[in-house]
Amino acid sequence: MINNIQLNKSNFDELSKSCVIKNGTIIDPHNEKEYLSDIKIINGIISEINESITTGPDDLIIDAKGKYISPGFMDMHVHLREPGYEQAETLITGSNAAMSGGFTRLALMPNTTPCVDNIFVYNDICRRTENLLVNIHQIPAVTVGREGKSLVEMAELNDNGALAFSDDGDGIQSSEAMKGALQYSGMFNVPILVHEEDKTFLDGVMNESFVSTELGMSGIPNIAESSMIARDIEISRYVDGYPHFQHISTQESVKLIREAKKEGLKVSSEVTPHHFSLTDEKVKTFSTDYKMNPPLRTQEDVDEILKGLQDGTIDVIASDHAPHTPEKKNVEFDYAPFGVLGLETLFSVGVTYLVNTNVLSLVEYLKKITINPRKILNLDYDLINVGKMAELTIFDISSEWKVDRRKLLSKSLNTCYHDETLDGQVQVVINNSKIYKR
Amino acid sequence: MDNIKTKDLLKIKHLLGIKGMCREDLELILKTSASFKQILDTPNKKVAALKGITVVNMFFENSTRTKLSFEMAEKRLSADVVNFAASSSSLKKGETLIDTARNIEAMKIDMVVMRHSTPGAHKMLLDNLDSVIINAGDGAHEHPTQAILDLMTIDEKIPDLRGKRVTLVGDIIHSRVAMSNIHALQLYGAKVQLCGPATLIPKGIEKLGVEVTYDLEEAIKNSDVMNILRIQLERHVGPSFPSLREYHNFWGITNEKLSKAKNDILILHPGPMNRGVEIDDDVADGDHQVILEQVLNGVASRMAILYLLSANIGGIK
Ligand SMILES: [Zn+2]
Repeated sequence: MINNIQLNKSNFDELSKSCVIKNGTIIDPHNEKEYLSDIKIINGIISEINESITTGPDDLIIDAKGKYISPGFMDMHVHLREPGYEQAETLITGSNAAMSGGFTRLALMPNTTPCVDNIFVYNDICRRTENLLVNIHQIPAVTVGREGKSLVEMAELNDNGALAFSDDGDGIQSSEAMKGALQYSGMFNVPILVHEEDKTFLDGVMNESFVSTELGMSGIPNIAESSMIARDIEISRYVDGYPHFQHISTQESVKLIREAKKEGLKVSSEVTPHHFSLTDEKVKTFSTDYKMNPPLRTQEDVDEILKGLQDGTIDVIASDHAPHTPEKKNVEFDYAPFGVLGLETLFSVGVTYLVNTNVLSLVEYLKKITINPRKILNLDYDLINVGKMAELTIFDISSEWKVDRRKLLSKSLNTCYHDETLDGQVQVVINNSKIYKR
Repeated sequence: MDNIKTKDLLKIKHLLGIKGMCREDLELILKTSASFKQILDTPNKKVAALKGITVVNMFFENSTRTKLSFEMAEKRLSADVVNFAASSSSLKKGETLIDTARNIEAMKIDMVVMRHSTPGAHKMLLDNLDSVIINAGDGAHEHPTQAILDLMTIDEKIPDLRGKRVTLVGDIIHSRVAMSNIHALQLYGAKVQLCGPATLIPKGIEKLGVEVTYDLEEAIKNSDVMNILRIQLERHVGPSFPSLREYHNFWGITNEKLSKAKNDILILHPGPMNRGVEIDDDVADGDHQVILEQVLNGVASRMAILYLLSANIGGIK
């Protein structure tokens, strides 16, 4: 690659052989504990957790006074656009953006070109993402070409480390394909991550609502999402599979998933920051930064989503980070592609709109961006222990910052929080014997 | 001509939509339109009001009538007129709307009239150009000059609209006329009613303070004015629309149905008409209709709008 050498430089350093994080507050969502402590890391492994660790002249000292030390954040819904659309993002620029947002682990969606629907593309991406600070888990497609017809070679991909499957970007229209996918993946106990959308409704560009009526825009109704969730809850009960519902956006979806969980079905769900912090009123600006799929919904939908976050119906907050170049976004609303950035604002939007508004306590919030995605994907989630790889995020809950799209590490600019002041900022990220400092 | 050379200025600097406009602006436009209408009745038909001003008509969607009406208005005002149609445009070769508009503006133009299929496309012009922008229809969002010419036509017959019921009949959901009409009529104190099949009434529109009925006979009885919207033949038959036959039976305006109407009911149609579908011949050519008056008022009111907005050329955004 000749182009973008500058942009594609990774922004982390190797961690010193021995390092001590001093004076921070450890917040451990798994054990629901919060306590002042130092952490010593040798060769990337946590070697000591103690109230006061004495340091030697060779130790790198990280002062975490007034800051929290958390398990590294995980975002289980990310589009890094490589291969095929590297003008918008690459594996490297995307992982830089992820570090800056506090993430040590990502699950990438397979809607690239070519699509990740076979072991060869899958292995290639795994190879390209070795030796980064961020652990990258490529999620393969459910169906070949994401066409919703024949299943990919799931067993082989699963043997090679695939944690789940997803046709994200499109809903799986065929009920038969969804039944097969849930049944087949159920054999090895991994979830199907489902983008729920019935495409037999007319194409829309925003939420179907009073706002779309006022703007004369074609709408995507709530039922395009919720009716498919209802279908897949029924299918999963029938075949004993595990659907994880991606980026849910409607009040009806929350209610359906709440009932399914009450019944004891194996289902889980995620929401994006924009779906709990913004409404379709934003589309009145005609800015394509507010064009995403599923679309921004109404305040009633947001209110039910907040309830779902509180009562555990919604397990995970994920960004659906979807970079697009300015050339593609700076066009008429109807012609712009769906999608917004998310990696670098997710944590702070959550602090601002959930923690500081008392919707969730800090520890409940952190569960949704640390241990819950790991549980869903069968990864280790008890991270703050001696002997474990140090996979940590250090953040300051009280500092505020103003989002400036030009200063984001992502290669694209399409954030819907430009110029907004947000609370809480990530300072340091440690993983794989590497360190990122803001 | 005296009352045209008014010192009155509109509060708006561009005409993007009726929403957000004040009644005083609409009144000034209607008053000025009336004066221009008188000029259209004189043998010369032409004034020098926009001499030296260049207006570009950018039509990214076919609209023979609106384009003709604007062009006529611009020429009656002695403006230099340039037409740009999507079929001959570079947009199809991948150039963006912003680039196209900037290119045209670089040739020193003063006003842009644009028709576009995407709601809000005019905001992009506003953000990127210095010209005065006039919306000639943006998707199903706004079509303010149509609403103004409709209002002018109604106002000529019913000078006080307060408490009068105006019904828009037909395809509200895809109409670029409906939203602008509702806002304009409400500014004049009219009660607005919508009538058509449920599948053509957009979600939540009652929140605008309009009444909704599916029953045309009921609507005919209680209306002072009916504005019959065009059914777009190519668009409909399908899940939301059984057939033109059924549409005509239940929502087509016929003289027989009109026999139950108030004696002085006014019938408007923005054109072009589908005779025998949403409106029958005997109504389209009958005593209640003011359809050709709308066409004449379209030219007069567009002259007024162009003239009044020309005060902002080269200036304040
Ligand atoms: Zn999706």
